[in-house]
Amino acid sequence: MATYLEFIQQNEERDGVRFSWNVWPSSRLEATRMVVPLACLLTPLKERPDLPPVQYEPVLCSRPTCKAVLNPLCQVDYRAKLWACNFCFQRNQFPPAYGGISEVNQPAELMPQFSTIEYVIQRGAQSPLIFLYVVDTCLEEDDLQALKESLQMSLSLLPPDALVGLITFGRMVQVHELSCEGISKSYVFRGTKDLTAKQIQDMLGLTKPAMPMQQARPAQPQEHPFASSRFLQPVHKIDMNLTDLLGELQRDPWPVTQGKRPLRSTGVALSIAVGLLEGTFPNTGARIMLFTGGPPTQGPGMVVGDELKIPIRSWHDIEKDNARFMKKATKHYEMLANRTAANGHCIDIYACALDQTGLLEMKCCANLTGGYMVMGDSFNTSLFKQTFQRIFTKDFNGDFRMAFGATLDVKTSRELKIAGAIGPCVSLNVKGPCVSENELGVGGTSQWKICGLDPTSTLGIYFEVVNQCQKFGQYNKEDPTSFRLSDSFSLYPQFMFHLRRSPFLQVFNNSPDESSYYRHHFARQDLTQSLIMIQPILYSYSFHGPPEPVLLDSSSILADRILLMDTFFQIVIYLGETIAQWRKAGYQDMPEYENFKHLLQAPLDDAQEILQARFPMPRYINTEHGGSQARFLLSKVNPSQTHNNLYAWGQETGAPILTDDVSLQVFMDHLKKLAVSSAC
Amino acid sequence: MSQQGYVATPPYSQPQPGIGLSPPHYGHYGDPSHTASPTGMMKPAGPLGATATRGMLPPGPPPPGPHQFGQNGAHATGHPPQRFPGPPPVNNVASSHAPYQPSAQSSYPGPISTSSVTQLGSQLSAMQINSYGSGMAPPSQGPPGPLSATSLQTPPRPPQPSILQPGSQVLPPPPTTLNGPGASPLPLPMYRPDGLSGPPPPNAQYQPPPLPGQTLGAGYPPQQANSGPQMAGAQLSYPGGFPGGPAQMAGPPQPQKKLDPDSIPSPIQVIENDRASRGGQVYATNTRGQIPPLVTTDCMIQDQGNASPRFIRCTTYCFPCTSDMAKQAQIPLAAVIKPFATIPSNESPLYLVNHGESGPVRCNRCKAYMCPFMQFIEGGRRYQCGFCNCVNDVPPFYFQHLDHIGRRLDHYEKPELSLGSYEYVATLDYCRSKPPNPPAFIFMIDVSYSNIKNGLVKLICEELKTMLEKIPKEEQEETSAIRVGFITYNKVLHFFNVKSNLAQPQMMVVTDVGEVFVPLLDGFLVNYQESQSVIHNLLDQIPDMFADSNENETVFAPVIQAGMEALKAADCPGKLFIFHSSLPTAEAPGKLKNRDDKKLVNTDKEKILFQPQTNVYDSLAKDCVAHGCSVTLFLFPSQYVDVASLGLVPQLTGGTLYKYNNFQMHLDRQQFLNDLRNDIEKKIGFDAIMRVRTSTGFRATDFFGGILMNNTTDVEMAAIDCDKAVTVEFKHDDKLSEDSGALIQCAVLYTTISGQRRLRIHNLGLNCSSQLADLYKSCETDALINFFAKSAFKAVLHQPLKVIREILVNQTAHMLACYRKNCASPSAASQLILPDSMKVLPVYMNCLLKNCVLLSRPEISTDERAYQRQLVMTMGVADSQLFFYPQLLPIHTLDVKSTMLPAAVRCSESRLSEEGIFLLANGLHMFLWLGVSSPPELIQGIFNVPSFAHINTDMTLLPEVGNPYSQQLRMIMGIIQQKRPYSMKLTIVKQREQPEMVFRQFLVEDKGLYGGSSYVDFLCCVHKEICQLLN
Repeated sequence: MATYLEFIQQNEERDGVRFSWNVWPSSRLEATRMVVPLACLLTPLKERPDLPPVQYEPVLCSRPTCKAVLNPLCQVDYRAKLWACNFCFQRNQFPPAYGGISEVNQPAELMPQFSTIEYVIQRGAQSPLIFLYVVDTCLEEDDLQALKESLQMSLSLLPPDALVGLITFGRMVQVHELSCEGISKSYVFRGTKDLTAKQIQDMLGLTKPAMPMQQARPAQPQEHPFASSRFLQPVHKIDMNLTDLLGELQRDPWPVTQGKRPLRSTGVALSIAVGLLEGTFPNTGARIMLFTGGPPTQGPGMVVGDELKIPIRSWHDIEKDNARFMKKATKHYEMLANRTAANGHCIDIYACALDQTGLLEMKCCANLTGGYMVMGDSFNTSLFKQTFQRIFTKDFNGDFRMAFGATLDVKTSRELKIAGAIGPCVSLNVKGPCVSENELGVGGTSQWKICGLDPTSTLGIYFEVVNQCQKFGQYNKEDPTSFRLSDSFSLYPQFMFHLRRSPFLQVFNNSPDESSYYRHHFARQDLTQSLIMIQPILYSYSFHGPPEPVLLDSSSILADRILLMDTFFQIVIYLGETIAQWRKAGYQDMPEYENFKHLLQAPLDDAQEILQARFPMPRYINTEHGGSQARFLLSKVNPSQTHNNLYAWGQETGAPILTDDVSLQVFMDHLKKLAVSSAC
Repeated sequence: MSQQGYVATPPYSQPQPGIGLSPPHYGHYGDPSHTASPTGMMKPAGPLGATATRGMLPPGPPPPGPHQFGQNGAHATGHPPQRFPGPPPVNNVASSHAPYQPSAQSSYPGPISTSSVTQLGSQLSAMQINSYGSGMAPPSQGPPGPLSATSLQTPPRPPQPSILQPGSQVLPPPPTTLNGPGASPLPLPMYRPDGLSGPPPPNAQYQPPPLPGQTLGAGYPPQQANSGPQMAGAQLSYPGGFPGGPAQMAGPPQPQKKLDPDSIPSPIQVIENDRASRGGQVYATNTRGQIPPLVTTDCMIQDQGNASPRFIRCTTYCFPCTSDMAKQAQIPLAAVIKPFATIPSNESPLYLVNHGESGPVRCNRCKAYMCPFMQFIEGGRRYQCGFCNCVNDVPPFYFQHLDHIGRRLDHYEKPELSLGSYEYVATLDYCRSKPPNPPAFIFMIDVSYSNIKNGLVKLICEELKTMLEKIPKEEQEETSAIRVGFITYNKVLHFFNVKSNLAQPQMMVVTDVGEVFVPLLDGFLVNYQESQSVIHNLLDQIPDMFADSNENETVFAPVIQAGMEALKAADCPGKLFIFHSSLPTAEAPGKLKNRDDKKLVNTDKEKILFQPQTNVYDSLAKDCVAHGCSVTLFLFPSQYVDVASLGLVPQLTGGTLYKYNNFQMHLDRQQFLNDLRNDIEKKIGFDAIMRVRTSTGFRATDFFGGILMNNTTDVEMAAIDCDKAVTVEFKHDDKLSEDSGALIQCAVLYTTISGQRRLRIHNLGLNCSSQLADLYKSCETDALINFFAKSAFKAVLHQPLKVIREILVNQTAHMLACYRKNCASPSAASQLILPDSMKVLPVYMNCLLKNCVLLSRPEISTDERAYQRQLVMTMGVADSQLFFYPQLLPIHTLDVKSTMLPAAVRCSESRLSEEGIFLLANGLHMFLWLGVSSPPELIQGIFNVPSFAHINTDMTLLPEVGNPYSQQLRMIMGIIQQKRPYSMKLTIVKQREQPEMVFRQFLVEDKGLYGGSSYVDFLCCVHKEICQLLN
């Protein structure tokens, strides 16, 4: 390890852990002075192609309240075959299987390079994965068609033994029975009636006493778990049927009069999906995948009424306390999310519509259960199609990049306490000596449940609480110009500037749904990705040299440049004025200007690369100087040139941004002034 | 309906309280204080007038009298008459009558009187009852004649001294004469030495163990005595009834004298006479107040200004001018209206009048529709309404000049000016909001275990495939506009999407039975022709789909709800065909408990058995009617299913209830399929509102039928078909004039099977008279019985049966007594004199009283009683006539060359013979009774087996044997079945075999198996009542 920074990166590579502080304060007092929280980002399933799976069970500390896993930091007495827990100092006997242990014959978990290790536990019956599609049929014809095709396609991507189910909804909710031959059969529920889990299970005939006669019959006890759920069947058995069924799926047939929204029973549909899995497959890996093309308009969980003249709530309404359905709906979805999480299932939301679909109210369903949230304009876009397809991609081992039913257990040595976690998790309410009284995020516990996660799912684990950063600069009092930050903190204000402007904090120009969507992803991405979200990356392509990152600043927008901006959610390619004119003139098609053709192509290729890898697939915007879509770029760059200071800066350098927002320069100046002021 | 209300306003309460049968009267009965009163006299003569307010105080008979009737015990004790063989048998015969005859005639001027008199004369001879002679020494009288089973001897009741008194009062000259209508009082001595009331004679023959004193060898007459004791058990059966029924072998067998059954008025004779005089003729309805032929008489009816009797029949065609008169006579003024009655092909169908956008011409004030009763005046510019007398302007488009007699020149061109019945095309004003959609039929099949197991589901699905081809359509249309839909259910509901473009039907299960809803819109109700292949596919699959179902529980109210919601969602009226088998015990609205409690029978709480268990069905019915959803229910019960609850919606929505007890595929299949086919195909109108308008002076006050009323005038019916009749009772609210008569206009606004809104108008003019004799002359007994039956069966819900029976008996007596007093020529008070038009009222009334609905007997299934009650409520006159007095045809005398039906015989065992074969039909059941000595050639001819012993009675269809007997018999059965709303199941009964017991219940002139008097007994009872009233 050459540098400290490399060491940090290596740790992250290996363990998926990255701390905000890599040297820890030694005392509480010191900690409270640090202002920046002591925390780490943890990517539990970080892909490690080099990590061999360990085919045995972990050795646990024998103290019932501890049960820490044997690890490389434990002290081992090879002769006495004892090891000391490094958390509680309990001395533990190695199990008999470890009889041959010695300094030269160590099990993997004692080797330093296995600070991260994956045990393959053989216990328990393997249960198949479950995919329950919950499909909105109040869609435009082409949208529905595209969605149907995507769903049909997905059947071929599922593991053959996975159980699959289908619920469709519009004004009514239909739970489709997949086992029957001949006549297709579905159970229909009113979209306006809130049903308890018990009622749903009764109505679906999932409760046991419903079939005493049949149980009296011999045979088929084995099939019982499957028989009990006619609604969830192995893909390989019914993929033909289901393909046909999806093919015959019609738009919701109930008439929608002019001036009305279609009646959409998302709340009940989701409730039934949750109830169905709850009754049949608790505590197994299951994904409820909700595909919706509009806001819930009736029943529990309704977000907006069906009168088109009354628009869906905006941030403005919410601030004015004018969103009359929001609280109730949010409560409904939170209740569902909690039940789902308790059962270890997860809920994905695929919302494709031009207007909002109620993600604000429904967000907890994905957030608490580790489900995905995907937002798009239409199901008939590559954004949705490819994102959806990407869910079923496999890793180098041919395994699906998804995991279910995780329990995250954080142990600390005595000096440290756990304040909480932020990410796709729910608390398991395990209180122990290492749990801090100060909560940050989901706190008050040392264990969390993560119902669904993938190799990039990342949680923030917090150990202490601070809030400001004046401690890290060098300055002369009352002299802002003397302010200097240390290297490792030099970028901090810049990120703060952009975080201020980011959709995570800035709701202006974002709908509540968009905010929810952005925050959802922000809360679960790793460091690199989340930094991109905060401060998008801007690359410049020009004839002046190889592509280079440039400042996210309006001054970077030059006529002879092509810019590529990656905001995580959007990939924007922007052709400068001159470039755009050249392209319009068709130079790229002339053999003698092949280099121009290459120049045009380069950002496209790079963008493609990002698009391929990113989940969810970003919105891809290809625009040019003066194009309407250029606003995506203009809204992100630091407005160093605005209509206010345009003339001061000169027209030839960069593009002015029509905004009243402060620029980074102003922000920094102000920050420095504050920091050096004696008032602090 | 609160009885209280009725109690408060009994119209008749002043003069003759409690005697009328009008609902208010039942109200009286509700009041216990009144129960004793019924014996009430008919004429509040003298002292009675005073008591009249209370109404019921029995005038003549001292207190005990009424009590007797009130208690069973009374009856039992009533038998004492036996001990008082009493009345010396006076054998006066024709000779004695002869002298009276002339006078009778004179007293009875009517046109028919002569014939009737003669006929009656003979009957009456038998009716003479002089038995009152309490003073008579009974035993001494060797009864020469047959035993009389009559109960006339009430007066002489030794144990009850009080009774004796009245008796003595009553005691007229010993020989009482039963007078026929205006006929001569024929003194016929009537007595019964040993009070053997029981069953009429002959049945004793086969009564199994010879009872004491039974002499097998003896001929009929003597045997009767023996049968008596056997029947003793039955005495209890008639608690509230009239005395005399049960026989007791109290004393040693004594010589008995019997009233000759042939001498009392015979329904058969009446029917045959009417047939002979009016059958096969053209009956033109051009005269106001003319009395139509009987329902049993076939003739061709020509509409010349009054509605055909097929549409409207009245209890009397001459209304009394004043309400006082009406109260005096106690004859119900009612019309039985069957607005959609089938018109035979040789009569002209209703004309359809279309006034375009202007719509029908109506009186501005009373809204009566243009009809022959409107009088055009002022050169045709105005017209006076015949109903309210308002003078209206003739709308310009409708103007026409008048001819010299003041009639419009286009009189014969416009149906609404010259016909009694016609239809209007209704305008948008008559629609709910927009023109209606064509109706829909929804088939809802119970697929619970029992229906699957007995093959019913398979049968229904199989047959529907062909029956759906026959759903009704307008004649000019190629296909029916009626759409069809399918639902199966057990404790959840399965809707089916059978949209024509589907390869396979789709099933949608609705499990939320607590709040049922329609899961789909498009594809549920479809055009049969378009979706035929998908529907057939569905019907093929349904039986298999549920083949393994073990589900025993069913829901019911949610099923109706679902159908109704489906119609509502499709914005169309329609009809649900529900095939249901069990008590709906699954957790859902309308869930029912088994509450069949026989202990309630014969108590004041008995009415509960006829009331629905929960009010869910009542409100459901209201919803259904509001949305034009008619429910027809096919029930296949194997045990108690609570017909009173399940049948409520069908009844209130103008639907039909069919019931097949213990359905067995091989026996009941055909009956069910016939019913189903008939019901699907029958002519029907939907979403109907009927309004009965009357001319000034009287108005419609009460309605009975498959109807729902939200106010006092609009009769709402989700649907009305060709078999459903509504009985309407009228009351005076002013005087009627003989000149203008009493006019009735019945308008039914409805939706046709093709979705057209129409008005069907029936007009009928009746006479009015201030002479009671005219009133009596114009009565129609068949319609009277229809009215009595419906009003009694309606009252069953609120009144103790005992009270209702008393009312019926009393009103009968009252009507007859009034006649006797005011119309008949003076004669001895003890003579029974019946008006010609009511000659058979007693026998029919007795049949009504013996119907299982009114008979409080635990032996009779509660469901069966509720079922029959409901059936009768919607019956037309022809159906109720047959139902209460079955048709009994001798088959052994069949003339194979004739196409005529054989002449019927009276429903009495005495008419059967060992050598005979008889066919009995009452509209629900059909029996072929085979005497033990039936002619072998007939047996061979009918059954294709060599002998009586070889006949297998386990069949409901006669084999088709290629010989005249077989053909003829089956043709006769076909004729009888024709035009009847219910398919009759044939039962083969062999004489002296167990099933004969069932058959015997239909021999309604005899004493009933479960109680109920014989005709003769009842007649005597009525006579006694009359005598009391007259005194």
